[in-house]
Amino acid sequence: MRMWCGSRMARWVAASLAVAISASVAMTAEEPGSKDAKSKAIAKDAKSGTKKAADEAKPAGKKREEFTTGSSDVLISYINEQIRQGWADNEVEPSEVAGDGEWIRRVYLDIVGHVPPMEDIEKFLADKDKAKRSKLIDKLLDDPAYVRHWTTVWANLTIGQTAPRDVSRKGMEKFLREAFTRNRPWNEVVVDIVAAEGNYEENGAVNYILAQMVMPDDGVQATAKTTRLFMGMQVQCTQCHNHPFNDWQQRQFWEFNNFFRQLTKRTVQKYDAKAGRNVTDYVELNRRDNVDDHVTYERRNGLIEAAYPRYFGQDAEVAKKDKDGWDVNRREVLAKLMTEGEKPLVSLAMVNRMWSQFFGYGFTKPVDDLGPHNPASHPDLLDRLGAEFVKSRYDVKQLVRWICNSEAYNLTSQATKANEEKDNPAAGTTALFSHVYLKSMSAEQLYDSLIVATNAHKSGRSSWEQAEDKKRVWLRQFVTTFGTDEGDESTTFNGSIPQALMMMNGELVKDAISAQKGSFLNAILSETPQDKDRIRRLYLTTLGRNPNAKEQQMAAGVVRVPNDQKLAAYQDMFWALLNSNEFIFIH
Amino acid sequence: MNLIPAGMTRRHFLSHMAASAATIPAVQFMQHLQVHAETVKKNQKACILMWMGGGPPTIDLWDLKPGSKNGGEFKPISTKGDCQITEHLPKTAAQFDVLNVVRSMSTREADHGRGRYFMHSAYVPNPTVVHPTFGSVVSHELGTKRKDLEIPSFVSIGGDPGSPGFLGMSNAAFVVNTQGQIRNADMGDIDQRRLASRLAMLGTIEDNFIASNRGDAPQAHKDVYKKATDLMTSKQMTAFRVDKEDAKTIEKYTGTGTPTGGMRGMRGNNDFGRGLLMARRLVEAGVPFIEVGFGQSWDLHNDVFNRLKTAHLPMMDTAISALVSDLKERSMINDVVLVWMGEFGRTPRINQNVGRDHWAASWSVMIGGGGLKGGQAVGATDADGLTCTTKPYLPGNIWATACHALGIPTTTVHTSKRGRPMKIANGEAPIAELIA
Repeated sequence: MRMWCGSRMARWVAASLAVAISASVAMTAEEPGSKDAKSKAIAKDAKSGTKKAADEAKPAGKKREEFTTGSSDVLISYINEQIRQGWADNEVEPSEVAGDGEWIRRVYLDIVGHVPPMEDIEKFLADKDKAKRSKLIDKLLDDPAYVRHWTTVWANLTIGQTAPRDVSRKGMEKFLREAFTRNRPWNEVVVDIVAAEGNYEENGAVNYILAQMVMPDDGVQATAKTTRLFMGMQVQCTQCHNHPFNDWQQRQFWEFNNFFRQLTKRTVQKYDAKAGRNVTDYVELNRRDNVDDHVTYERRNGLIEAAYPRYFGQDAEVAKKDKDGWDVNRREVLAKLMTEGEKPLVSLAMVNRMWSQFFGYGFTKPVDDLGPHNPASHPDLLDRLGAEFVKSRYDVKQLVRWICNSEAYNLTSQATKANEEKDNPAAGTTALFSHVYLKSMSAEQLYDSLIVATNAHKSGRSSWEQAEDKKRVWLRQFVTTFGTDEGDESTTFNGSIPQALMMMNGELVKDAISAQKGSFLNAILSETPQDKDRIRRLYLTTLGRNPNAKEQQMAAGVVRVPNDQKLAAYQDMFWALLNSNEFIFIH
Repeated sequence: MNLIPAGMTRRHFLSHMAASAATIPAVQFMQHLQVHAETVKKNQKACILMWMGGGPPTIDLWDLKPGSKNGGEFKPISTKGDCQITEHLPKTAAQFDVLNVVRSMSTREADHGRGRYFMHSAYVPNPTVVHPTFGSVVSHELGTKRKDLEIPSFVSIGGDPGSPGFLGMSNAAFVVNTQGQIRNADMGDIDQRRLASRLAMLGTIEDNFIASNRGDAPQAHKDVYKKATDLMTSKQMTAFRVDKEDAKTIEKYTGTGTPTGGMRGMRGNNDFGRGLLMARRLVEAGVPFIEVGFGQSWDLHNDVFNRLKTAHLPMMDTAISALVSDLKERSMINDVVLVWMGEFGRTPRINQNVGRDHWAASWSVMIGGGGLKGGQAVGATDADGLTCTTKPYLPGNIWATACHALGIPTTTVHTSKRGRPMKIANGEAPIAELIA
């Protein structure tokens, strides 16, 4: 493990850095995060400095008129108009457009799940093409790491970070990987997941339902999770009573639940000689025949009622046989109903969730609670995106393009006096997207940023499974499961002390800053003669920017030591960079 | 090698080192240091929350209904106090002079996530604000005043603590397992000087990012690192080491032999008992709030009676009775509030799988110690356990009672990030019958 991490890390970073120095001059003006860099930029280029000052004096709306990533999709103009309307209505002015350095780090982490390799940063900064941002978005969508990142995101959403007993994470990931690789229409993916039957490795989609069957509960958890995850409807409380804040009725919960009453799983065991006991060989999700056409539930007043399979008041035809002579798969009937129409909830829920993946906040809080009781912040925009997503044949990559090419996604994460008060969703305001909100890297993003990026970047996918296995072992340290019927779990990778301890003293970072022969730091010391350039490389690698004057001065002091202590001094600097808030946040 | 002057805590040493590393040589600097005597404060107030994740069937533990169709298999027995509890908690019954049951909890939320949030924070989930879990409230109120405390003031041992909300990540629960091994707390071969150098550089980078106006999270990151550094250099870390206790004490908390539950019961017993023992050690070190998870889920949708009597109840009985008697022997019982709860109770009606489902309308919480009155059953439910027949209580009432015992004024108001005033324990009153 140690050697593997160390050498991978070293190869990636060393290769990335080969071109770092030439990039560094261009970088100086890029980072709005440091005052020093900014003032330097203005001093160096008096003309652009004046222009900037003049821009700030102008009303915000005017200045933004010309912003484009280079994409010509008309829907993006619509998104921009709607978001701007929100700014105007709330008397908020947007922050500036993010510098290329800030933006490329963000878009890499968001689309492919890791920080950009050094040579990509350099190329991007030097690129004069006005459409370079939209082109990069397209490029990242074709990157194998896009598939890996979104497979992780959706595996976590569907079965949790820790797959429950008798659930195959491998199977689920295999299904998702194929879906994202082929960019399968989202409605088809949802149908496959909701209606899935069969062996948990052969048809990995079944793991979603299996993960909701940890306890025998007549499909209650599968009902609640499916409506919540795929339709953005929180109906779990209507299991016992009518929804307190909207029209959803208890009856409706059980009408949905009716579709999940054929569930039965079969766990086949085999003898494991090594362990000396039986272990799970495989699991199948099967369909029971001759299930009652209705389910009964108890009203609060004690009356027992019957619920038939209905979808929002629409009777579903389930009293049929399929071509093999079995009762028709009710979940398949449900899945088709869920994905019909011009703007089904499945579309709105996906749009809302994807938006929140990129911005940190969706159009509703929480992201999976759509409904009349919880109005969206930008209802017209959500509606339109939902309809367009359907028209695009549920093209997930297209949805990502719309989001990432929007003006809002291209702003800096630095708030201004003109928006910090009114647009601060972390403090409870409605998200207006007038600046980009900080997100914490997920544990997977951190891991991939440090290690797996090497793999994706260099050699393709030869050791995908192996790399994923190692990652899972590492990830396990953070997750606690609670053994409830909802499969609840929590993570200590949440910015609390255990995460800080892991970053400060854990093997992962220890390996990353390893001083062994052939390591990244060894390479830097041998290939780069000047301390000043070495320091700059370390900053570029980790933060995607140059050190400011104060940082440069301090770092220079730290490495002004006899040669036999240099390595340790650089290790300490690398450690400090990787442990910083600026590194762990997506900004 | 120990570079730290005698009597000075490593934390102080480090914070000074970090600030001065770039300017003053360390040795010279150390000569100017005052000797700092560590005083372990006795009789500090603390709260131990015993968290019964999954939702315990309190109708089978604290509020039995003999004669009702909902009554189940268990019989009530008398306790040392003035109330009855299940026959499967005999040792706990013997400690009931200082414990109470509140039988009229009525808490609305019967979903795990919402119930967990409500019971921990006294507020129902709200999309515009994240309310702090009560451990974070105590950390904020008491932890910050305990200057000698170098380890986190809110520790969760295999629990499910929730978010510090607007009180910030520096009041977040420090989550550990019952083995007391703190992962990654060992700096390895990095000496104090190098650590100081690292922290100084880290500080420069962090301050630059904090100054760039990107919200509160960058500062919170810095605060948490400060706590983490304090912790990994503190002698108080031995409080997590249950194995420092003598074998007899450990045995008292965790039980011996194989209970009827077999291996599974054995392990669970160990975990909860160990957790409570660690909690007692943490209280002695000055930690004001410790949450201990039960280690097994109470989400008993099926086979509830067998599972209770073979696994959950024997391990709980051993652990809780050991803790209470230990606190009594150490004259700590009047300073340590004990709260036992889950996210909700379970249905009075027994389902077709001989289980009980989620139920928040009428259930029980156990609370005691901390100088509260003992031996009482407060409130009541009807003969079938379906409704509260006396004044219903909310989690806010429980936490307000705890506030009273901890010496935190119940008039305390916190301010959310948006400037909204938030009353402690949601402004609920302490339960009068429990106040001595």
